[in-house]
Amino acid sequence: MARAIVNLPASAKRGEIIEIKALAAHEMETGFRRTQYGALVPRDIITSFVCTYNGVEIFSADFHPAIAANPYLAFSTIATESGTIACKWTGDNGYSLTESVAISVA
Amino acid sequence: MNARLVNSGPAVSCFAVLLLAALAFPACAADTVPAERRSGYAFMGRETRAIQDDDAANPGMLWVLEGEALWNRKTGPAGRACSDCHGDARASMKGVAARYPAFDKTRAQPVNLEQRINLCRTEQQQAKPLTYESKDLLALTAYVGRQSRGLPIEVADDARTRPFLEAGREAFNRRQGQLDLSCADCHDKRWGKRLAGNPIPQAHPTGYPIYRLEWQGVGSLQRRLRNCLTGIRAQTLDYGAPELVELELFLMSRARGMSFETPAVRP
Amino acid sequence: MKRNPDRHSARREFLLAAGGIAAGIALESAAASPPTPAAASRAAASTEATLQAIRKVTGAAPVNKGKVTVVLPELVDNGNAVPLAVQVESPMTPNDYVKAIHVFTQKNPLPDVATFRLGPRAGRASVATRIRLADTQTVTAICELSDSSFWSGSADVVVTIAACLEEL
Repeated sequence: MARAIVNLPASAKRGEIIEIKALAAHEMETGFRRTQYGALVPRDIITSFVCTYNGVEIFSADFHPAIAANPYLAFSTIATESGTIACKWTGDNGYSLTESVAISVA
Repeated sequence: MNARLVNSGPAVSCFAVLLLAALAFPACAADTVPAERRSGYAFMGRETRAIQDDDAANPGMLWVLEGEALWNRKTGPAGRACSDCHGDARASMKGVAARYPAFDKTRAQPVNLEQRINLCRTEQQQAKPLTYESKDLLALTAYVGRQSRGLPIEVADDARTRPFLEAGREAFNRRQGQLDLSCADCHDKRWGKRLAGNPIPQAHPTGYPIYRLEWQGVGSLQRRLRNCLTGIRAQTLDYGAPELVELELFLMSRARGMSFETPAVRP
Repeated sequence: MKRNPDRHSARREFLLAAGGIAAGIALESAAASPPTPAAASRAAASTEATLQAIRKVTGAAPVNKGKVTVVLPELVDNGNAVPLAVQVESPMTPNDYVKAIHVFTQKNPLPDVATFRLGPRAGRASVATRIRLADTQTVTAICELSDSSFWSGSADVVVTIAACLEEL
């Protein structure tokens, strides 16, 4: 399964505010659903999202079960320098995923 | 109208009574394609439409990307990928999904895209067919479907397909199930009206496989049709059943000329 | 998605308590037609859980109404994935910026939805995501500014259940 898509402009002017959109493939099992036999389906969600820009954290989020499946985030940052914007998702049962995108800032 | 209500719970019987009360009219078998055809897209809220319109926000794109990876992956004892025969899907698959189900000469019947992919897998790649509704099959149909986005739906209506089209049309207009409803009762005659708070669309398969918010994932047209049949409390059909393919063919024909939206997002 | 028999009786009365968070959270009105005791206590309990969750974040600090806009569709297509945006009026300079945005629901099994941590590098105090809503309710966002003050905004949403029951 394609595990994540991170979208941001490939290039930007220094000081420009850019929008970052991050989409991860994950069922986000809430822990409140029951099987047809009545047993509780255990929680299995992404709990944390961190975005770094050349290693410096610029945005983070904590997720609870109310975040929809295949979680989507849109947030912004100021384009300061060329480099790498990295998005990392971590969650229950050792879930961990990183997706990095290069940006060129003039 | 023959109304046999089986009380399978307050929710269903309440809903059924609501429905039957709203549908007191003489049965009409005429084919009434909505004069003004609109995609399910038009019946969604602005915010849901925005999800479909933005590839960066559309969760169906996760399946499309996965399909691209599968397209290029060698498989089967012959070690062949789809790309080995079909090259770049952006070129070779352009317009393909928009004309499926298509007539298969060997089998002398129409096959849908899922079946076509499995025929390729078994016959050309000597690989096992993919299970209906499996992630891989959905990913491939989403990827191939994406290559028809923006193109008009165009299934064949000729001497070979006509008997199957007519069978599909008959199924669409036939009352069935405990709720004694035909597809046409809701989707030709009552589109735009609301059923328990949700708008009834016209049932044009303009964006399959869709990311359905109700499923929290991507699913095929056959999955949706099977659910509809269960919804009217009719005996549902197995995946791949010829009757389902005929219905798919009819629905695509009914949507002829409308724009393909795969991967669509629907409530 | 849960069925709520009281969905049809969504009467709201906004308390005019100055600066009170409860003003932003809908409560059943006794004026129109009285809710059943069970429904009233359920509504009260869910609001209380939400208030407690909010207090965990704000502590004893007062919460001001303003600056925060919660953007939600008025009538959702499906409660499984409701697009949510939160915007805060803030210059986002190193001396005056949004530290965090916390989102809460009133009637979900858990009141907490998400916490977003921003900072002056964000440029704009605006986040968007998609959330699950179990029922018609009020969604509240609490924002913490760099001066440690708290501001809140909220929006009401109507959530219906899917029409055709697909699974047997």
